Amino acid sequence: MTSDKKAELQALALRVREHIVRLSTDGGCFTGASLSCADLLVYLYADFLNISPQTLAAPDRDFLFLSKGHDVPALYGTFVELGYMPKERLANHLKANDHIYWHPNRNVPGVEFHSGSLGHLPSVGLGVALDNRLRGFHNRTIVITGDGELNEGSVWETVLVAAAHNLHNFTLVIDRNHFQANVATEDLIPLEPLGPKFEAFGWAVQRIDGHNFEQLEAAFTALPFSQTKPSVIICDTVRGRGLPSIEARADRWFCNFSADEVTSLLEELHSQEATKLTSETLTVR
Amino acid sequence: MIYEELIRDLALADDRLVVMTAENRALIRNLPAVLGGRFIDTGITEQTLIGAAAGLALRGRIPVVHALATFLTLRAFEFIRTDVGIPHLPVKISSFVPGFLSDGNGPTHQAIEDVSLMRGIPGMTVFAPADEADMLAMLPAIWASPDPAYVRINTRPGTYAHEPFEIGKAEVVAEGYDVTILVYGMLFEQALPARELLEAQGYSVGLLNLRSLKPIDEAALLKVVATGGLIVTLEDHFLTGGLYSILAEVLLRQQLTARVLPIALEERWYRPGRLSEVLEYEGFTAQHLARRIAAALGGEPAEFGAKTKVKENEFSE
Repeated sequence: MTSDKKAELQALALRVREHIVRLSTDGGCFTGASLSCADLLVYLYADFLNISPQTLAAPDRDFLFLSKGHDVPALYGTFVELGYMPKERLANHLKANDHIYWHPNRNVPGVEFHSGSLGHLPSVGLGVALDNRLRGFHNRTIVITGDGELNEGSVWETVLVAAAHNLHNFTLVIDRNHFQANVATEDLIPLEPLGPKFEAFGWAVQRIDGHNFEQLEAAFTALPFSQTKPSVIICDTVRGRGLPSIEARADRWFCNFSADEVTSLLEELHSQEATKLTSETLTVR
Repeated sequence: MIYEELIRDLALADDRLVVMTAENRALIRNLPAVLGGRFIDTGITEQTLIGAAAGLALRGRIPVVHALATFLTLRAFEFIRTDVGIPHLPVKISSFVPGFLSDGNGPTHQAIEDVSLMRGIPGMTVFAPADEADMLAMLPAIWASPDPAYVRINTRPGTYAHEPFEIGKAEVVAEGYDVTILVYGMLFEQALPARELLEAQGYSVGLLNLRSLKPIDEAALLKVVATGGLIVTLEDHFLTGGLYSILAEVLLRQQLTARVLPIALEERWYRPGRLSEVLEYEGFTAQHLARRIAAALGGEPAEFGAKTKVKENEFSE
């Protein structure tokens, strides 16, 4: 990756994070989980996927399913920056006359499928990948899940079935931000060793730093990792990445900041100096 | 023509049709060789089966999915509601051994809330054929419709020559002024002789094979209500949420009332056994039905003759 391209992606990711912070007020949103996958979504939509606002109707384009739907602010922020939706539409967040709310809605161009209930889109993506293979396409079907989402049994059903069907055009990406809703994954339902789990289920695995654009590029451009197995990319990330005041904090899962906090958090994105937050945190079990 | 031949012919004529199963191959054993990649077995994974069907439908396919009625409607309920219902995708659910047809399996396998659950999903259509011929007459229209559909699969042989099928239309077998039996699915084969037994006792007995439970043939129901006679709702389903509830909803919507005898499973699962045993024990044979209906009509206790023979269900999964 050239340094220019890296700088461009970083600048884009910073603007997406600004959108996420601006959505984290007046009702709030799932700020932490959105910030953890912002770099991933920016890399995929800006540089990797064969998708653009003009080619959404093309049958042989790539498909990206956001199964951890609560990180939709990162998706919509990316969509605004890349011309899928006008910036003004974000002002309709939580307004009932639009479809911009805490989880994705297919009425927003670019959203492949609604999500919110965890553990659904691996199976929906599986169906799309099966169809693409039937049509003889060489496109990619990618599903992004959370790590807490891996608690859901339906994910592992699909992991078994995709391996059984040798679906090498199917890729799972795990936003491994190490937190469930309220607690660290390893303190509740430990997932490690995660890579070997997938290997044991017949998948080809890579594990990378999900905030590092060079590593993202190296992993995704190596797809498919196998001609006979589905691929999984485990992205180690930090929940709340970009805002030191909420990074990796269990109590900053869903955030509803005051207008003043939003102003100082927008500065924090650039300065990386933690601001003092006064809004209420979520109760942690 | 049997189920497998129908689906094979339709699939060969239309490559949008995809046959899927959660390892329930009883009715589709010969299709993998014919359909190749358009036969997809996900193994015993009802949730993934439905999710994947939604994904295929999203791409323009018409997936016909097969699994046991209970596991589809209960274990995969949220997937049907969320991944098929919300986007209104044309996933066609072929639901195996519903109602009494799970005979010897026991309560784990008794899909007797399926009609209630499926019709509660906005946009979902719900069908219950009376026998194999009825089902084969119904399926082409159901699969050609743009709506998601739930079908209580019924491959039992019938004797009645059914009318052509239309979605949302009931089949009027007979009109009567003392009593009308409303029935769907496999109990039609008991309702038909029950009607004859009652007629032989001098009653005028109507009979409707509902076929389509959602959309319901409201006009046909209102015509029955207008006769002023007793209405029997007959179903191998819990009393809650099935045909009795559907009729009540229609009546209330029209600010009408009627004298109704519901014959259903009330707040309990049925005793498992061979089908003839189940029908006898639970009181759903033609003789039991005729006796129960005659009693509700206030007639003298009548003798309805020897038991008619029930064709046993053979195990198949």
